[in-house]
Amino acid sequence: MRQWQNDPVLKVDHLTMRFGGLTAVDDVSFEAGSSDITALIGPNGAGKTTVFNCITGFYKPTEGMLTLTHPDGSSFSLERLDDHDINSKARVARTFQNIRLFKGMTVLENMMVAQHQTLSRASGFTIGALLGIGGYRAAEEEALDLAREWLRRVGLTSRADTVASELSYGDQRRLEIARAMCTRPILLCLDEPAAGLNARETDGLNELLYSIRVEKNIALLLIEHDMSVVMRISDHVIVLDYGKTIADGTPEEVRNDPRVVAAYLGVPDEEVRAVEREVGL
Amino acid sequence: MAEPVKSLSLRLQAALLDALLAAYGAFALFCLTLGFRTIDSAGGLTLQSRPVLLAAVVGAVFVGRLLLNLFVWQTDRPRTEPFAKLFTGATVARRDVIVLGAVGLLSALASLVPFPAARLIAGGMLAFLVVGAIRRAVLHFLPNLPYARIFTVGGLAFAVLFPITAYLLEKAFHLGLPLRYLLDLSIVVLTYVMLGSGLNIVVGLAGLLDLGYVAFYAVGAYSFALLAMNFGWSFWMCLPFAGAFAALWGCTVGLPVLRLRGDYLAIVTLAFAEIVRIVLLNWTKVTNGPNGISDIPRPTFFGLPFGASGETFSTFFGLRYDPLHAIIFLYYVIFLLVIITNLVTLRLRRLPIGQAWEAMREDEIACRSLGINTTVNKLTAFATGAMFGGFAGAFFATRQGFISPESFTFMESATILAIVVLGGLGSQLGVVLAAIVLIGGIEALRHTQGLKAIFGPDFDPALYRMLLFGIAMVAIMVWRPRGIISSRTPSIMLERQRAAPGLLPKERRT
Repeated sequence: MRQWQNDPVLKVDHLTMRFGGLTAVDDVSFEAGSSDITALIGPNGAGKTTVFNCITGFYKPTEGMLTLTHPDGSSFSLERLDDHDINSKARVARTFQNIRLFKGMTVLENMMVAQHQTLSRASGFTIGALLGIGGYRAAEEEALDLAREWLRRVGLTSRADTVASELSYGDQRRLEIARAMCTRPILLCLDEPAAGLNARETDGLNELLYSIRVEKNIALLLIEHDMSVVMRISDHVIVLDYGKTIADGTPEEVRNDPRVVAAYLGVPDEEVRAVEREVGL
Repeated sequence: MAEPVKSLSLRLQAALLDALLAAYGAFALFCLTLGFRTIDSAGGLTLQSRPVLLAAVVGAVFVGRLLLNLFVWQTDRPRTEPFAKLFTGATVARRDVIVLGAVGLLSALASLVPFPAARLIAGGMLAFLVVGAIRRAVLHFLPNLPYARIFTVGGLAFAVLFPITAYLLEKAFHLGLPLRYLLDLSIVVLTYVMLGSGLNIVVGLAGLLDLGYVAFYAVGAYSFALLAMNFGWSFWMCLPFAGAFAALWGCTVGLPVLRLRGDYLAIVTLAFAEIVRIVLLNWTKVTNGPNGISDIPRPTFFGLPFGASGETFSTFFGLRYDPLHAIIFLYYVIFLLVIITNLVTLRLRRLPIGQAWEAMREDEIACRSLGINTTVNKLTAFATGAMFGGFAGAFFATRQGFISPESFTFMESATILAIVVLGGLGSQLGVVLAAIVLIGGIEALRHTQGLKAIFGPDFDPALYRMLLFGIAMVAIMVWRPRGIISSRTPSIMLERQRAAPGLLPKERRT
């Protein structure tokens, strides 16, 4: 039994996603440990983002089960929840491959929108706060504190009142992570968090992700192309190719797996010729 | 422009080419509209060609474009720079002052010549210079005044005081002000401010392009009219119901269509508005069809009607009966409604619901990933906007005393949407300014007698107001593509003092 199978926060069982005749994800199963950083890697078009979209409810899987278990023991069948409930009830947060911020709003507003659920309840679904009853002010202060804390951790405190579209690319990436963390998730899904970052920013990102995992005890699931990120911080790596799992293990195991090497680098020409001869080409 | 300096011949070549293209464009546009004229003569319509006029216009375009190219666009130092500086914050050199002074002096002299056209142009130039100079002087000597606040408070104070003050002055001094006309116009403008504010929630904040807003206006108006006529309820009793019915209709329409976005949503809302209008037109038993509903009761002042006989407002307060009382009262009713609408919107923007609306406008998918139920939030935006539309409709019905489906055509929706877009999507002050410009401006153009000086005594400005108005709209959208007010105030700030203006969204289709 591997460490991530002891106490998985997310259990993916026989996940299949077909778009018409195209099978983007084909019978994929894996577990993500509750305090692990799990990386989902694979060549372009391998189906990584499709798996992500199934987990976060943007796609309804054709087949399979996605079970999320909270530390208190309650569990959720993600394939049955609406996308917004996956965040608000099951507490799964995500970021996007092409950053999706609220670009016309300020950094702080982005952080407050992320706490909509809590704030909306505190505002008595608007009517209470409109009439000035209920504890909305206190809830707003609390939300501001959480926003402040995360802005400090991603180093954006001084830019809190700037419009999000004016931030640099790296800052936008970090803001998106901070915004996702404001929803108080137990599983954070990051779609290529290091894409477009330079070496120094990547180091900073590694530290941030590591600290999220260690201090907050939050499970991370990430898609990444940057092997320096994957190999350095992840505890568990799953490799997809053409929609199928081809390897599943620790970074060391995966690195040395011949099938992974073949999927990423291809196979030597002699082998191809040998196979061709076998099938009679 | 930081383009490299081009040689004179190259510049001339580019300028000529551009001017020729512009002249060709002008010819293509005007060859039929100005080049020919139909004359109603005894033997039927005859065609008169006007080659001289056409040539003059095309020539004017060519020369004007050439001059603009040579002296403004294709040079390193545009000759209009000193004038532009009046309306920016750039430092003014001595040279600029000399140029401006010389032009000012020339205009002042030219405004004394006996040709009315020259006087009008010179006067306009002079006014332009004076306004710019005052603006620069005020900014120079009092740079840190909160101008936006002064402007808002001043505007509000004017709106509150104007009817009463004007009425009292008129009564005391018999100034001969067209008070009735001015008040009626203000009421119409305020009604559009109200409608614009409501639609602003849907289009400006939540980003849902609604081309059928007039449906809610109609539902409000008919709810009020039917309740008041059939049950004899007063205006103030009916008002909440009119709003509630409109909101209900908003939800009814919203539930099936809100999965659509952008253009598709626009078309479906347009269709729903037409359905409402056609139902009103054909459901004769209830709505009286195309004949409309007349004799809708006027609002009363806490139960006191405004009339000439019986126990009325004027007898109760011991005043002499004056039909203006009722109009002033109507003015304050719609003013109050506008203020309530805007205060509620202001508050909503700072609450989670308003922030969620704006977030939905920015990125719906990100909203869903953050646990925001976009369907519910779109519905609340639709219903809130519809409710204010319903209030405006009830007011419209009671003011007119008569409503028919005629009043609720697509043209109305388009006007309201134009107010919101022209004002700047999401800006409440923008809606107010745009309503004044759009509704008041069209009226004001009826009275531009000065233009007779240019176009001759036969010129009737009222006939050309739509044309002039179209030109003005194009100009505003060229110079201020994000609307009159293009900055957005953040709904929450970490440091309260620092102003961090953002930009309102461009008119965008997702």
